[in-house]
Amino acid sequence: MSNSPAPTRTPEFEGRLRKRYASERRFRLAGLFAVLFSLAVLVFLLVTMGLNGAGGFQRVTVQVPVALGQSGLPTPPEGASSADVTRLLESQGLPQVVHSNAERALGADGAAQLSPDAWRAVAASVSKDPAQMLATPTFALPVASDLADAMRGAGHEELQPLARRLAAERKLDRQFDPGFLTRSDATDPQQVGIWGALKGSMLTMAVTLLLAFPTGVLAALYLEEFAKRNRWTDLIEVSINNLAAVPSIIFGLLGLGVFLAIFPNWRSAPLVGGMTLALMTMPVIVISGRNAIKAVPPSIRDGAMALGASPIQVVFHHVLPLALPGIMTGTIIGMARALGETAPLLMIGMRAFVATPPGGFTDPATVLPVQIFLWSDEIDRGFVERTSAAIIVLLLFLLVMNGVAIYLRNRFERRW
Amino acid sequence: MSPAFLLLLALGLGLTGWLAARARAWRFTGSPGTRAAALPVYHAWYVALWIALPVLLFVTLWSVAAPQLVSQAVMSSPAAAALPPFGMERQAILAEAHAVATGAAHDVFHPQARGLVAPFRRAFGQTDAIGLAVTLLIAFAAGAWAFLRVKPDFAARTRVERAMLAALLLASLVAILTTLGIFLTLVFETVRFFGMVNPVDFLFGLQWGPDPMSAAEHPDASRYGALPLFWGTIYIGAIIAMVVAIPLGLMSAIYLTQYADQRLRKWIKPALEILAGVPTVVYGYFAALTVAPTIRDAARAAGIANASSESALAAGLVMGVMIIPFVSSMADDSIAAVPQAMRDGSLAMGATKNETIRRVLVPAALPGIVAGVMLAISRAIGETMIVVMAAGAAANLTANPLAAMTTVTFQIVAMLTGEGSFDHPATLSAFALGFVLFLVTLALNFVALRVVKRFREAYE
Amino acid sequence: MTNAVSPPDPKMRAREVSVFYGAKKAVDNVSVDIPSEYVTAFIGPSGCGKSTFLRALNRMNDTIASARVEGCIELDGEDIYRSNMDVVQLRARVGMVFQKPNPFPKSIYENVAYGPRIHGLAPAKPDLDAMVEKSLRRAGLWDEVKDRLADSGTTLSGGQQQRLCIARAIAVDPEVILMDEPCSALDPIATAKIEELIDELRGRYALVIVTHSMQQAARVSQRTAFFHLGHLVEYGETSQIFTNPREERTKDYITGRYG
Repeated sequence: MSNSPAPTRTPEFEGRLRKRYASERRFRLAGLFAVLFSLAVLVFLLVTMGLNGAGGFQRVTVQVPVALGQSGLPTPPEGASSADVTRLLESQGLPQVVHSNAERALGADGAAQLSPDAWRAVAASVSKDPAQMLATPTFALPVASDLADAMRGAGHEELQPLARRLAAERKLDRQFDPGFLTRSDATDPQQVGIWGALKGSMLTMAVTLLLAFPTGVLAALYLEEFAKRNRWTDLIEVSINNLAAVPSIIFGLLGLGVFLAIFPNWRSAPLVGGMTLALMTMPVIVISGRNAIKAVPPSIRDGAMALGASPIQVVFHHVLPLALPGIMTGTIIGMARALGETAPLLMIGMRAFVATPPGGFTDPATVLPVQIFLWSDEIDRGFVERTSAAIIVLLLFLLVMNGVAIYLRNRFERRW
Repeated sequence: MSPAFLLLLALGLGLTGWLAARARAWRFTGSPGTRAAALPVYHAWYVALWIALPVLLFVTLWSVAAPQLVSQAVMSSPAAAALPPFGMERQAILAEAHAVATGAAHDVFHPQARGLVAPFRRAFGQTDAIGLAVTLLIAFAAGAWAFLRVKPDFAARTRVERAMLAALLLASLVAILTTLGIFLTLVFETVRFFGMVNPVDFLFGLQWGPDPMSAAEHPDASRYGALPLFWGTIYIGAIIAMVVAIPLGLMSAIYLTQYADQRLRKWIKPALEILAGVPTVVYGYFAALTVAPTIRDAARAAGIANASSESALAAGLVMGVMIIPFVSSMADDSIAAVPQAMRDGSLAMGATKNETIRRVLVPAALPGIVAGVMLAISRAIGETMIVVMAAGAAANLTANPLAAMTTVTFQIVAMLTGEGSFDHPATLSAFALGFVLFLVTLALNFVALRVVKRFREAYE
Repeated sequence: MTNAVSPPDPKMRAREVSVFYGAKKAVDNVSVDIPSEYVTAFIGPSGCGKSTFLRALNRMNDTIASARVEGCIELDGEDIYRSNMDVVQLRARVGMVFQKPNPFPKSIYENVAYGPRIHGLAPAKPDLDAMVEKSLRRAGLWDEVKDRLADSGTTLSGGQQQRLCIARAIAVDPEVILMDEPCSALDPIATAKIEELIDELRGRYALVIVTHSMQQAARVSQRTAFFHLGHLVEYGETSQIFTNPREERTKDYITGRYG
């Protein structure tokens, strides 16, 4: 050994060591910062949506006693549907009755700020309880969005004294609005609801699932269990990998150029939307399905094969059931992505103003993300809240779907 | 009669055949001395498939053909002769009569439609009767033929399995068909577009401003220069977004894989996955509602008076945040694929953790990380909703991040959701833009997957 | 438990060392002195704890979250597990060569220069060049690679890769070099070269080699420790262990009764 001290034991070495540890600490902090930044953005986004959206589940109403008993309106027949009751009462002058009662209770300026559709709330209530036609019940009726804004202190300065007066009389306040979940799109933020969009989303997702799941699973089985290594198989694999990464808007162009060319009558229909999203979701299911199938150990196949089972029997009796939890997880994740998808559906016309919920797969419809997009264009403060509320509903759906996927993964994941 | 009804009918007939064939097969499996070539259930499926598949094929064809037959029958009726020749009114009247005839509406609004209700009803009645008759005929003919073949020595299982194998193959061909469908649609419409606008003007022109209301015959080629769109797409998706996503994503992955302890990792990874699962429309709204006004106010406070409320910076920043989990998970996979021996080798030399990471792990994982970044770029430039909601419509060829900027995806949406007709070059330009986007993302993915594959093989 | 031979100048001294993986005890109460002028071999059947014990000597077990070390290990009289011990400096002083050659995916030159660079041992490029050359010469690799220093380390053959890893370890001028079955992934010719190299390095560094080959231990080492099921069965001069073992189990192992 040399007599001079080893280079790793000199004071200079230890001096450098201190600097290296300082750089280690800085690096570690940078990593921590990166993680915390992402989490902070997530929290900030959720809090922003939560604060704005809380108001979206409410609407501004005024208390108006309506003297239905003295109005001379007919009592709707027992067992009539709520649509019939609404039509009957409208033709018999319920809107005018409500307006005149509002003038009495709120003054002319107040009644002018009643939502034009306020009488529908009365009709809906009466159809549930026809006995109200004989009394003078007090209803919480929605106001026009101008007065709702004035109450928030936003815009419409000329309406603010009115808002203050009615609030002081304890007639004007914000109430939880369960109708937000049961109504459909409207031009007035006080009147909008998301049921139409939600139903459109459900119909679209049903079509997507029915098409993408069987196709995806069968394709995954074919590629993993039966396909021979040749050029065709390579082509299929390359196609699937690329489709999984093609921008979603391109699928919209396909839907527009092919599906709508074949079925021009189904513009804006959940059927075409579902078909378009199915093509987008299928590669996700194939890829996750193949991974799940690959994880089934060959010994299971050998065992069944040795008993004389045919390849098809081996696959459908043994491999598929064992791979199913993994396939389900991938399917749910793919469906969650499809549920949040907007751009391709804009291409095939699912952005129309749809005021009545779709009745079937071929009716014009919109979906929740597109509804969010449409409302986001409105500058009205009321729409900002409604948009955020719709986002909360969408995120809740996605959270539940992802939760189920994680549960399935943890519950059924097997280590071979 | 709706296709749904015919479908249910096909399934019902198939079920009947299934039950009948199984009953027949049961009889001969029970008899002594014979050993059937297949289980009864395979005979049952054989017959059911023979009934259901031809019927399904017919129903599919019929659901396309029947509406054509109906409209032909109605057009030849005397009431149709009085219709206005073209345009919205004619369509509206026909739609009304159609709705009343199918029971979707109670009464007509247009007096002319009333006379058409009866021809519609008659035509519907005829086509329904034909459809039903042919469906039943096919079902019974095919079913009988298959049923007669159900005998003990008939190898029904191999037939059924052959059909299933065909179904598997068909399912996997859907992917090729989809790719082909995308490619052909885009090529077809792009060729039509290039018939109206010179490709050179499109690819290298500096001015973008198609007017969907202008005359379609003589488009002004100087308004179809897509270069500002390509620049905006690259600037927002490949530059601003990546400046955010690459360092933050890479550092997150390094922290989570190398520093964070297991419990922390268990909580943070799902949280990052949530960030990746937020729909893009929500990010877009967040960008437009919160980020863009903040940037505008900050710019105004810094003395830039003309800062607009829609900016490339807002869209790019939010897009970058959206991409962070993606980059992070790709980097995570790549770093995890570097053999433990590399890490041990470096640590055993007395390297500190960050020296090991920066000088050994990241260089070794670099191909995987680069491929991940390419995939991230391909995702960013194809992203639509964030730019639609936050980037703006003005095609500016500028490097100022505070300026409004437009992208390829924004213009695709703008051109196809307007009022332009399908034959107008402005509408067709969307397909040409889509084609460029498709080719670029395809190339990025192809190269990235190649790199990843070779990288994986290097360490196996 | 035999602990007869205490050399005059032990470079490292382990006293009652136990290593745990979670609840499992992999090394049980081992005491060994590592002399600075000899090659010490650890032998024993696989799973006997010899590699685990080796990794405890430069605290590489720290990288495994569940691993825990009890007892005392000293380097020049300093406890290497004391709380203010600098692990980076320790590993610079106690180098390690692994079972499978693990050159970094960098050039041959950069592989050897890595240690001097991170530790800041070469202030200028000529110093670094000299260090790389000296290390490669000592590892007996210089003549084979001097014309292709810019090639990737992974292009070398297995035996060359392992000598590159030894050169890499030498480059930071360590006091002890730990070798964990350095020849198990190599062919006989490459193995012979490494054994030759070990013989040349003896005296300059304290060398510890883990091997499952008794012949190898007999050829290269002067001291041998026999491990079995986490215990140190016998430790002594190599010639004595192989010709006249004191313990029955050692004898059984050497004569091939198990292993």
